[in-house]
Amino acid sequence: MKVLVSIKRAVDYTVRVRPLSDGSGVDIANAKMSMNPFDEIAMEQAVQLKEAGVAEEVVAVSIGDAGSQEVLRSALAFGADRAILIQTDMLLEPIAVSRILAKIAADEAPELVLMGKQAIDDDASQTPQMLAARMGWAQGTSACGLNMGDGEVTVIREVDGGTQTLALTLPAVVSVDLRLNEPRYLKLPDIMKAKRKPLEIKALEELGVDVSTKTRTTHFAEPPERKPGVRVGSVSELIDRLVNEAKVL
Amino acid sequence: MAVLVVADHNSGVLSDGTARSITAALALDAVVDVLVAGDEPQAVAAQAAELSGVNRVRCCPDAVYAHQLAEPMAALILSLMDDYTAVMAPGSSQGRDTLPRVAAALDVAQLSEITRVIDANTFERPIYAGNVMATVVCEESTKVITVRTTAFEPATKAQSASVEMISAVAVPQVTRFVEESVVRSERPELGSAKVVISGGRGVGSAEGFKLLEKVADELNAAIGASRAAVDAGYVPNDHQVGQSGKAVAPDLYIAVGISGAIQHWAGMKDSKVVVAINRDEDCPMIQTADYALVADLFDVLPELEEGLAQLKAR
Repeated sequence: MKVLVSIKRAVDYTVRVRPLSDGSGVDIANAKMSMNPFDEIAMEQAVQLKEAGVAEEVVAVSIGDAGSQEVLRSALAFGADRAILIQTDMLLEPIAVSRILAKIAADEAPELVLMGKQAIDDDASQTPQMLAARMGWAQGTSACGLNMGDGEVTVIREVDGGTQTLALTLPAVVSVDLRLNEPRYLKLPDIMKAKRKPLEIKALEELGVDVSTKTRTTHFAEPPERKPGVRVGSVSELIDRLVNEAKVL
Repeated sequence: MAVLVVADHNSGVLSDGTARSITAALALDAVVDVLVAGDEPQAVAAQAAELSGVNRVRCCPDAVYAHQLAEPMAALILSLMDDYTAVMAPGSSQGRDTLPRVAAALDVAQLSEITRVIDANTFERPIYAGNVMATVVCEESTKVITVRTTAFEPATKAQSASVEMISAVAVPQVTRFVEESVVRSERPELGSAKVVISGGRGVGSAEGFKLLEKVADELNAAIGASRAAVDAGYVPNDHQVGQSGKAVAPDLYIAVGISGAIQHWAGMKDSKVVVAINRDEDCPMIQTADYALVADLFDVLPELEEGLAQLKAR
């Protein structure tokens, strides 16, 4: 079985991102960048399937600028067999990303695509479902459990109110949630080994995929600021202030 | 033209998030229809028809929609889209699951979790865990939008719109429902509760959460949690508040033993009043809360429960 994993390079989860003062973008020119945390979980799952003898080949794919080679090297250090970078400096809407990934999924013909359930930059949570719809494949989003069966994969999903279990006919797209696994720490020998693994770079233009949309972000602003708070000395003072000052009790 | 709102429902009850999405839809267009699909959704359809501003409810009873799975739901929505210029759904697990499939089939960009309708083509939505508010101009032929429901008031009961029955749409079955494990709670729903009390790693155990529950009883509050508390198994996953969990915006949010990482703030920063109870005076939650009490939560919670009980008795 072949597993395709999509990887996005995103601002590190510890960075508190701010808009530029003129509202034209976000101030991330010097921010620490990392593999999107949900994609790490997808990557870990793929490698676990390989270690369990269920997957024969794990292919990692990323769409982004030259810097995305970095996160693909991490994917290779996790245990991906090879990596593909679709290189572009454009910021793409999820719908455009789904067009590109559909092209790659058609070429690579994986039985399973694993993806993070959202990227922590645009928080859109759209691309896996869009890819599944384009391919006519089954989808299981927000997976916290996954079991490969004969011609199908059983996915436990985190949903409002609890969990839901679905059996998906392969090929399928599964988006992963936080509690599916704990991604491993990358060890130096694996990082070294990853440098010798194949990483294919293709310019986005070579693919002949239209990435235009009629949607654009025109302004980036600070959220409304909270007023500075106060320290209270006791529970009775807290209750008193909530009743008389904040008037919420 | 008109907007179609896809209803979310469970156990015969229309979700509060749907009522809030109707308000968002009315900010976009005067004509708002609601789609209710399910095994036996007639009761839910009747609830939707009562909501202010609803033009018409389209009700599709069929076993294929029993669990509102994304594939059949998306196919049903697509079959109706000749009548609409926009489709909206609450940013619930069902809305998030289904709408991107509709957008992909129409090959249009989707807007996730809008917090404001600025004009017919312009919307606001949070990005980067809510640290940045993006203004997005969408000129797609059809707008596909999920709604951050806490940003809109629920439509109120006012009238009785017509309910039209529609037929199911056949789809290739590639997904089979196996089971679900849904916890029914007597407490208010996390997404719409007026008061939320949440616990973090500091609460220490499932038993520790019992202390929170007692305070919640006094406040008629919903119970939330940080990712750390869910990961540690103190409470089930659906309690998680944050960037990857639920977004809440109650009048009062009480964070107990939660340090207040960016990802947690993303889910509760629109709360009107935030109270932090934590031993660590340097943690972000204490630094940013409206009212901060630096103390041991195991001392504070019983005292708070007693103080609130006395307040009620007054």
